Amino acid sequence: MSGLRFTRDHEWVRLDGDLAVVGITDYAQSQLGDVVYVELPEIGQRVEKGKEAAVVESVKAASEVYAPLAGEVVEVNKTLTANPAKVNADPIGEGWFLKLRPDNPTEFEGLMDEEAYRRFVEEQR
Amino acid sequence: MTLAATAAPLKRTSLHSLHLALGAKMVAFAGYEMPVQYPSGVLNEHLHTRSKAGLFDVSHMGQLRLAGGDPVKALEALVPGDLLTLASLRMRYTLLLNEQGGILDDLMATRFENELFLVVNAARKEADLAHLRTRLGRSTTVELLEDRALLALQGPAAATVLSGFCEGIARLGFMTAMETTLAGSKCLVTRSGYTGEDGFEISLLAADAPAVAEMLLARPEVWPIGLGARDSLRLEAGLCLYGHDIDETTTPIEAALAWTIGNRRRAEGGFPGAAVVLRQLAEGTVRSRVGIRPDGRAPAREDTLIADIVGARVGRVTSGGFGPSIGGPIAMGYVDRPHAAAGTPLALLVRGTARPAHVVRLPFVPTRYYRG
Repeated sequence: MSGLRFTRDHEWVRLDGDLAVVGITDYAQSQLGDVVYVELPEIGQRVEKGKEAAVVESVKAASEVYAPLAGEVVEVNKTLTANPAKVNADPIGEGWFLKLRPDNPTEFEGLMDEEAYRRFVEEQR
Repeated sequence: MTLAATAAPLKRTSLHSLHLALGAKMVAFAGYEMPVQYPSGVLNEHLHTRSKAGLFDVSHMGQLRLAGGDPVKALEALVPGDLLTLASLRMRYTLLLNEQGGILDDLMATRFENELFLVVNAARKEADLAHLRTRLGRSTTVELLEDRALLALQGPAAATVLSGFCEGIARLGFMTAMETTLAGSKCLVTRSGYTGEDGFEISLLAADAPAVAEMLLARPEVWPIGLGARDSLRLEAGLCLYGHDIDETTTPIEAALAWTIGNRRRAEGGFPGAAVVLRQLAEGTVRSRVGIRPDGRAPAREDTLIADIVGARVGRVTSGGFGPSIGGPIAMGYVDRPHAAAGTPLALLVRGTARPAHVVRLPFVPTRYYRG
């Protein structure tokens, strides 16, 4: 799974052709607890790097999901609307949030790789 | 993602090591390090409490003893509840009021022959102590029982479980207390709680609490339950959380707590803010606490603005989230009186979007208190 990059806000991103797939990390879902609601952006919506792209809610609280890269939303994971618990069960697989067409795909390389993110999370504990 | 982080010196209850051993996620709450959830998670803990039984550490709450003089009469002067008719070992939910009828705290008062035992909110302990010491009069003293722990065993299996350790507990009446022994420890057990389920609260010496908790948790029906599920359980039961649904700016009538005011107190008054409260009782209030069901799936959290169907602001959410037993979002809040009737359509302004909702009767989940 070396194709993943991570943000300090606990999102992951993976390139799929010329698209970027975005979700939240296993650490993020474990900290949130049971996800009961996910709010996804509109197709065609522009998102800015580090700005809100989606909302994820546990029983207790709502949290923003920030876009790891700037771009245009081209697809959202509609199955999360009916089954938000997928975010807990499979955060970097079936629990993906959205796909976007990045303005500048090279921004991807500037994000943390798996090892750097692992160390970052260790420091957070 | 923004994940909350906190760092401050926090108090611990006597069950702290047990919480850690059980794998609890600990958070700061009212100056204490408390378990917000265990590995099973808030959803499962909530549903387990409604189907079997849950054990809660609520030792952060204030336990107070009022003694000397006539403590019942002295406290009655500060609350709208009828305490004089309270028989020994009976308990009552009542409210400390300020001179404007605002709620200083909500509490449980248990009567003993010549004493009262109170359980008050953790965050209000110091304020309540100061208020009581100033206002109770010279002869009645207030003691904060800092050496005591408080456990809550809640859920349909609670009575069966506790009966296994304690003779006669199954027939203890709702809102009644009994002095007994559990695992060799002297306990005050009351049939009460904060979940809408049948259940008990157990006050005992802090040093004795871990053994009693472990004894109860050894029963397969009993899971440890954190503050996360405690909050979703009480919200589904339509119960107020102090500092959110009620505070010094809300009166008992606005808060839909008129049922806590006894008939004699309605007739006689003689409690702080009586002029305001009794006038509101007769004439109604401008706003009222109501239950709210969002029509969609998006939870509406505390401070969400409430509008009517043409977009005019009519209130604010004071508690809101997801109700695991309801399987959807639920909320409580204050709305202007014309919008308070069950069935009234409303709009909740969540993240800038008006989302349809409607007023519903509380509680969201029928209460299942022991009725003998």
